[in-house]
Amino acid sequence: MSSDRRDFVLTAGKLLVLTAPAAAYLEAVETGKAEEPAYKMAEHYWGMIVDVDKCIGCGNCVRACKTENDVPVEPYFFRTWVERYHVAEGAEHPDVDSPDGGYSGFPEKYAAGDGAKSFFVPKLCNQCAHSPCTQVCPVGATFESPDGAVLVDKSYCLGCRYCVQACPYGCRFIDPRTKTVDKCNLCYHRITKGLTTACCESCPTGARQLVDLKDPKDPVHDFLRDHKIQVLKPQLATGAKVYYNGLDGSVR
Amino acid sequence: MNRFLKDKEHLVRMAALFAVGVVLFLILKAVLVPKGFGVYGHYRAGALADNRVRAPRFAGRSACIECHTDERDAWKGGKHAGVGCEACHGALAKHAEDPSASNAFKPDPKTICFTCHLTNAAKPRKFPQIDPKNHFDGGACNGCHSPHAPDKEPKK
Amino acid sequence: MEEGLLHAVQGFMYPNEVELQWSILIVLYPFTTGLVAGAFILASLERVFNVQAVKPTYRLALLSALAFLLVAPLPLQLHLGHPERSLEMYLTPHTSSAMAMFGFIYLWYLMGVLVLEIWLDYRKDMVLLARSETGWKKTLYRVLTLGVDNISEESLRIDDKLGRFITIVGIPSAFLLHGYVGFIFGSVKANPWWSTPVMPIVFLFSAIVSGIALVLLMYMLVCFLKGISIDMPCVDTIARYLMYAFLIDFSLEMLDLIHRIYEADESFKSLDFMAHTQLYTSQIIVQIIFGTIVPISMLAFIQVVKLSEAARKGIYVLAGLLTLMGIFAMRWNVVIGGQLFSKSFLGYTTYKMAFATKEGLLPAILLMILPFGILWVLVKVLPPFEEEKAAV
Repeated sequence: MSSDRRDFVLTAGKLLVLTAPAAAYLEAVETGKAEEPAYKMAEHYWGMIVDVDKCIGCGNCVRACKTENDVPVEPYFFRTWVERYHVAEGAEHPDVDSPDGGYSGFPEKYAAGDGAKSFFVPKLCNQCAHSPCTQVCPVGATFESPDGAVLVDKSYCLGCRYCVQACPYGCRFIDPRTKTVDKCNLCYHRITKGLTTACCESCPTGARQLVDLKDPKDPVHDFLRDHKIQVLKPQLATGAKVYYNGLDGSVR
Repeated sequence: MNRFLKDKEHLVRMAALFAVGVVLFLILKAVLVPKGFGVYGHYRAGALADNRVRAPRFAGRSACIECHTDERDAWKGGKHAGVGCEACHGALAKHAEDPSASNAFKPDPKTICFTCHLTNAAKPRKFPQIDPKNHFDGGACNGCHSPHAPDKEPKK
Repeated sequence: MEEGLLHAVQGFMYPNEVELQWSILIVLYPFTTGLVAGAFILASLERVFNVQAVKPTYRLALLSALAFLLVAPLPLQLHLGHPERSLEMYLTPHTSSAMAMFGFIYLWYLMGVLVLEIWLDYRKDMVLLARSETGWKKTLYRVLTLGVDNISEESLRIDDKLGRFITIVGIPSAFLLHGYVGFIFGSVKANPWWSTPVMPIVFLFSAIVSGIALVLLMYMLVCFLKGISIDMPCVDTIARYLMYAFLIDFSLEMLDLIHRIYEADESFKSLDFMAHTQLYTSQIIVQIIFGTIVPISMLAFIQVVKLSEAARKGIYVLAGLLTLMGIFAMRWNVVIGGQLFSKSFLGYTTYKMAFATKEGLLPAILLMILPFGILWVLVKVLPPFEEEKAAV
């Protein structure tokens, strides 16, 4: 049968790019029958806490993310970025900027003591539990994983860009090299190995913290209980799992 | 052919054509749908593994302090204890795997601190910030401040 | 290039929004499917509702619909980052995705409705042509008739009955085809410019308007080219339908607009600003004034004042062209307009159309010429006019 031939081509392809044990492991996971023994999807449910009052706009997360995930370094694509808000008293709209996504930090552009409220807001994929983006994918090339990460299947994506339109937060882009969609996958290759995400690892102030909502020992539970928490654009009911502490009402 | 079918023969042929089309489609579908599709949901189960194969570039602080015990002792308990090693030293997974392969990036002590501590109106007010006009003589910060634990005595 | 991209940005956009996702090719998609749905619905009028006056355009409308339907998926295909993977839409369609169903609705409409209806309607002609023609033409018609030579009265009666049934099924299918294209946009809750429950209905009525205008123009053009005299009661009737459909379409769009202005939700100021700046020419001037109010006024004028045949023809041509321009502008304003503002409601960008690139103006123009080429072939193979056959 031709399916055999197809399998052969797939296997041969994998052997070309992967070492034998990696290919065998990949094969096992691909059929959906096996998981890496150390990591059980059913035991985790990932999210993130962002503490707005701790963000200093250093851009470490943006740089780390680009390094870790090989995100196109040239502007203008980001898996994570930082925005600077500047809200003058009584102003209807905030002034917002994000030069190069915060990759090179934020050169001062406001006069000190101008009476306005100013702060940084890190953004990333909200890993929505009811993702508008995965809902619209025509072929199932992006999806919510059982452990709560919104992932992309790069080998299956058509590049139709419907999901980019459907994301209310602007978290998706088309990678010009692969012509498929790309977005924050919560460093899925790290968190499934017991590491934290690259952005959290390199955040100097702990403004962002990876959390496992299914782990009863995760400090997230205390944090969520002890703070006034908000998600972005709650009116859209996306089930966002990036929880912001100290989020100002002016943030979009 | 009986009389009843005679005037409908063209329709029978058209219907047969449609039937062939449907069957072809079903065969194509059976052959071409990737293995593992639909195991966990409407997606290729293998995509989960694809997202995991990438090798980390940041080793993580726990890997660093396994060997660098002196730095660990200086760093622990200080004001920078929450700052990961690679926040200043760069991504070092390769070095963690094979220490001889590449050396840790030694940041420039004249500039690295400004990545975080340069004054900016949008920074939290209680965060220590330096305006180089008032507090910088062009020298290296670590002349006075210990980078691994700025609240401790600097190394002489 | 990135510098150029940023120059286009005014205010603040999320960084990833700076690149526009859907180009002019995606404007063509609702435009062409709209023409298909509209042309079919006009054809169905004759068959189902027995509007004898529009009968001369019945076959031409069907062939036009087929020509445009064959082209409709091409801009989408060209736009995809991985066109070779498009079969996945059929293999693993995601039931929650509006876009995934397009493949099936398209195939159903193409094969189950249009091709079948045209085949049944032309079967007698094809059999006769298979008998009279020689050489490769004879073979072609024999293949098209599936090798059945029978055109007995009983068989034609069955064809007619079945054709009528298919038309009846076809009307909701045409509604589905285009209402559903509206749903693709109307269901994106992240985008307030698109997200409205009237979007499918607005798309549907604008589709009917554009389809009727197309058939009106095509009929007059084909008559002119072939030297056949135009059936005036026919075009008068079509023009009247065009006006009615246009009035409904315009009312719906105005309803949506008034609703937005009155509710003035969080997105309103941003969208209002956009409509008065970036979209001012294409929305206010081209779509609403010259693409809607002017043609409606022209068609209404004819209903009140008696004009000569020549004057009426001139007005129909002008009104038809303006209508098509207006509906195209409407598609443009939906597809492109929906991407010119930031979902943060704090900034705007502009769309700079390339020319000779994969998604530029040139392929768009070629794709709009292509259906006319297909139609020319279809008219050659399947002559739509009875008179012509008698003359030959």
